[in-house]
Amino acid sequence: MGDYRKMRRIAYQAAAVAVALFVVGTLVHNTLVNLEDRRIASGFSFLQREAGFEIGESAFLRYDASDSYLRALAVGLSNTLSVALIGIVLATLLGTAVGLFRLSKNFLLRTLAGGYVEFVRNSPLLVQLFFWYALITEVLPHPRAALEPLPGIFLSNRGIFVPTLDSAPVLQGFNFTGGMVLSPEYATLLLGLSIYTASFIAEIVRAGVLAVGRGQWQAAHAVGLVRGQALRHVVLPQAVRVMVPPLASQYLNLTKNSSLAVAIGYPDLVSIANTTMNQTGQAIEGVVIIMAVYLTISLSISGFMNWYNARVMRR
Amino acid sequence: MRWLRDNLFSGWASTLATIVILALLFKATHAFLDWAFLDAVWRPDSKACRAAEGACWGFIAEKHRFILFGTYPYDEHWRPAAATLILLGLWVFSMLRRFWRLGLVLVWAGGLSCIALLMWGGVAGLPYVENERWGGLILTLLLTTFGLASAFPLAILLALARRSSMPVLQGMAVGFIELVRGVPLISLLFMASVMLPLFLPSGVSIDKLLRAQIAMILFAAAYLAEVVRGGLQAIPRSQYEMADALGLSYWQKTLQVVLPQALRISVPPLVNTFIGFFKDTSLVVIIGLFDLLSTIKVSLNDPAWTGFGVEAYVFAAAVYFVFCFAMSLYSRRFERRPA
Repeated sequence: MGDYRKMRRIAYQAAAVAVALFVVGTLVHNTLVNLEDRRIASGFSFLQREAGFEIGESAFLRYDASDSYLRALAVGLSNTLSVALIGIVLATLLGTAVGLFRLSKNFLLRTLAGGYVEFVRNSPLLVQLFFWYALITEVLPHPRAALEPLPGIFLSNRGIFVPTLDSAPVLQGFNFTGGMVLSPEYATLLLGLSIYTASFIAEIVRAGVLAVGRGQWQAAHAVGLVRGQALRHVVLPQAVRVMVPPLASQYLNLTKNSSLAVAIGYPDLVSIANTTMNQTGQAIEGVVIIMAVYLTISLSISGFMNWYNARVMRR
Repeated sequence: MRWLRDNLFSGWASTLATIVILALLFKATHAFLDWAFLDAVWRPDSKACRAAEGACWGFIAEKHRFILFGTYPYDEHWRPAAATLILLGLWVFSMLRRFWRLGLVLVWAGGLSCIALLMWGGVAGLPYVENERWGGLILTLLLTTFGLASAFPLAILLALARRSSMPVLQGMAVGFIELVRGVPLISLLFMASVMLPLFLPSGVSIDKLLRAQIAMILFAAAYLAEVVRGGLQAIPRSQYEMADALGLSYWQKTLQVVLPQALRISVPPLVNTFIGFFKDTSLVVIIGLFDLLSTIKVSLNDPAWTGFGVEAYVFAAAVYFVFCFAMSLYSRRFERRPA
């Protein structure tokens, strides 16, 4: 009986391996035949060739059209990381605030936060991105009539201008110079990703706080802490432990969702890989690069979160 | 009075928040009502729209046929309309627990055949319409329905494999699930649109719609598999042991004891995944399929109507919201009253 079951297990697994090998083998064979038919040279040597296209903006790296595809893709990656990192910070701040508002004793605050979460979660991120992009490029005024919600910060359809430590934006002719500019595409992506992800983070924060037992609140009150102090010193530190795994997956989602940049024309990794694929015809290599980069990011974030989680749990 | 004091004015901070929110809310509501209703233009007249201060709902009025049905032949629009109603009927019907039995599969098979007949035509005097011309709301709903229906069985197999004691099966399931979940959906769609043709033997080709659908199925399967796995893990060990004690085989145990319970407790997270998937179908606009979002976006390319993006996307968000919110209310009812 035992031998029979063991044999059966081995047979099942051998069959699974055989089917998988057959499928992969067929696909690879077909692909090679097709590539030969279409005279596409496979391999990554095209990365050294001159890219020949301009990139609208670059977060960290210097780039011009005579640089290689490799450098263009690196610019794309740096843009992806720039949007993802700042987006994660903004989404966490906004999400925590909204999540705590949802637990507020104040009815209006609670309801408003609840409405925000419902509305944002129940429509596609892509629609929201298109909406913000339309709002920025169609509704905001020209730089000459730019809105100034806070001193030194200007909103216009050419982007958002903010002062830096050493210079402030000044209107010169038809546009601003000086300070730092967030292009309409970058501002859209940052705004859309943060607002969307914050609605998910808010629910995680709320669930995390609710998961801390009532006894903890009562104990905190008993030693004389008021609600805010109890929240900061007693409840939140415990809630964070419950929140880490789902937060990690939201951070990952935000990073993956930043690939929607391609739809509004922000030059992120996917958008530049897409241009590269169209120009060189190296479709397989392009998709492999995109997937490899995102897998690396995903695995590193989840690795980091596992490490952090283990550390938080130990304390 | 007591409610007011407890919920709005329980301290100076709360009172301040209430006053600030009321003031902002009043201003925002005022501005919104002016924009969306009082100053809005409802007639499909782009000149009047450009002159007006408020929203231009005339854009939606002018383009509603294209937004709903895409490039489907104009005289035949009743066909996708009827198909949409049948599909929605099937969904609503399946939501009622009363009908959760095997017969439901037959109802679905019948309903989907009707839809296929209506959409393709070619028989009973209906002119044939190739699926390159399908578009709008029905395409979004069909992508969602077929995506979920095909992904679900695959997801159950993946979840069972991931929980199985056979290391090879487990490894393959983990590899697939983590690979798909680790990359953005858009990269899978690119893969389907540019790489899938290379995978097929020469001479065989599949159209763009089917290619996108395959990518969506693989994507949904990986996410659903994790939900099903969660359900499987929540079943107490005693259930497995009892089934073993009764001498049931693996498949008897799985199909008759474990899965029915696991799927029932997974309904709320499953519906959440369905909502996510429904929203994600909007990504096909990037590879050039004519779903609801795409028809809205294309409507904006009409020179007479450029610049009304805000109205267009508010409308898009509202349509998606109706579907998603209905599903999420349904899943919440389930959480309160577990099966």
